[in-house]
Amino acid sequence: MLEPMLTLYIFVLACFVGYWVIWGVTPSLHTPLISLTNAISGIVIVGAIVVAGASEIGIGGELIGFVAVLLASINIFGGFVVTQRMLAMFKKK
Amino acid sequence: MFTANVLALAYLAAATLFILGLKGLTHPASARRGNRYAMLGMAVAVLATLFNPAVKNYGFIIAGLIVGGIIGSVVAMRIKMTAMPQLVAALHSFVGLAAVLVAVGTYFMHPRADASLMTELFVGSFIGAVTFTGSLVAFGKLQALLPSKPLLFKGRHLLNAALALAMLGFGIDFVWHHHLVSLLASIVMAASLGVLLVLPIGGADMPVVVSMLNSYSGWAAAATGFTLGNQLLIITGALVGFSGAILSYIMSQAMNRSIISIVLGGFGGHEAGEETAVSTAAGKGIKSASVEDAVFIMSNASKVVIVPGYGMAVAQAQHALKELLETLHHKGIEVKFAIHPVAGRMPGHMNVLLAEADVPYDNVVEMDEINPEFSSTDVALVIGANDVTNPAAKSQKSSPIYGMPILEVNRAKQIFFVKRSMKPGYSGVENLLFSQDNCALIFGDAKTVCEQMATELKAAA
Repeated sequence: MLEPMLTLYIFVLACFVGYWVIWGVTPSLHTPLISLTNAISGIVIVGAIVVAGASEIGIGGELIGFVAVLLASINIFGGFVVTQRMLAMFKKK
Repeated sequence: MFTANVLALAYLAAATLFILGLKGLTHPASARRGNRYAMLGMAVAVLATLFNPAVKNYGFIIAGLIVGGIIGSVVAMRIKMTAMPQLVAALHSFVGLAAVLVAVGTYFMHPRADASLMTELFVGSFIGAVTFTGSLVAFGKLQALLPSKPLLFKGRHLLNAALALAMLGFGIDFVWHHHLVSLLASIVMAASLGVLLVLPIGGADMPVVVSMLNSYSGWAAAATGFTLGNQLLIITGALVGFSGAILSYIMSQAMNRSIISIVLGGFGGHEAGEETAVSTAAGKGIKSASVEDAVFIMSNASKVVIVPGYGMAVAQAQHALKELLETLHHKGIEVKFAIHPVAGRMPGHMNVLLAEADVPYDNVVEMDEINPEFSSTDVALVIGANDVTNPAAKSQKSSPIYGMPILEVNRAKQIFFVKRSMKPGYSGVENLLFSQDNCALIFGDAKTVCEQMATELKAAA
């Protein structure tokens, strides 16, 4: 099987995982769900790091990479910290 | 080869930790552990990428990580819980812009790649651009920088279609000729489209918009994953994309509207003129009550259900409600909070605000669970929620909200409805509750009224 095909397989299977996992989330935690998914979508930082760290594309390319790392990093830290803050508030009687 | 395999294994571990993290949100008791799993997954992914041999310069990366980390943490520590929808919208826009930048940067790295990479670059950048500007407009509306009512103009569907076609045209040209200019032009078209798509959507439809932009940010990450051939990005993007999509579906069901009609926008445009509340109320045969009346009836009740809505968030009344809850508990009265899925400006907004005020989550009940209990409820106290309690949704076929599932407070023995004025709800529909014999309106600011109630109840003891 060719690699792009394999990637497509992974994508489709991951969609099913997402479908089942998300339906299990309790409605009272929908706001933390959004902020947590927000934090993990900061995973584009992986791509941003590769762009920012590539030496062959010149300063312009590296600057683009830097801004991307910065934005994704705000997302990751902001998302996780605010999720933790919210979840700490949910208490039982 | 060795490094490539280690990297792949690290990414697999990160993906697994993300899935476990989301799974943790099944219950409040396991949720904090879930968040920590996801944090660990992110740390593993970032560290592994730093050891990727393709990464040669570290200066910009470290600077970006540190500055971004500080900004993100400080904002997240300081943000008010009522402002959560704005924060989320702003963060979505960052993911979108980051995806666009990664696509452009990747083009610089491989300017002569094949058509399949160029297609992926185009798809990744246009989803990112729509997410970016759409989220900015949503942020503006939530932060009240832009008017929250739908902005409509003639021919907007035509303009949107033209923009989409132009974007596609530039995209195809880019895939064909690999010119950066075409890619940038398609990005500009996509960005304009993002603005025009969110502008016509009104304030109370925001829970759907926030969920949809959440979904887009996921698909943007997945598309970036295809560009880079990175499976971790693809898996994470799919998880996030589906999360947002499912939330959008749940929200649209809770309003009995199709996603399409929400996306097309324009709902809830008209606002009624303000009149002095009490006089209009009396003219229509609507009863108003004083705080003392309500306190007297509540102190003789055995079960009270409180229904909070966006008005509670606006008035910051959640802490006053917690005090009321404690006072009622103290008297041995059973109290529950009933939450409609679209109450507030984002999914689960009310739950977070109540949790912030230390209301235990076992006192907070979802719509399907509470509805059978209203017939045995002595007092239903509605605070700043309107359309979601309007029985017209069940009985009036002509009503714009007909068919929407509601909290059936009309079946309680007595209803007190705290309201600032006689203005109808977001849909512009008059609430049929008000003409019921067992419903009385208490006019005033939600926070002040709730504080007064708690004080008077204590005094009555």
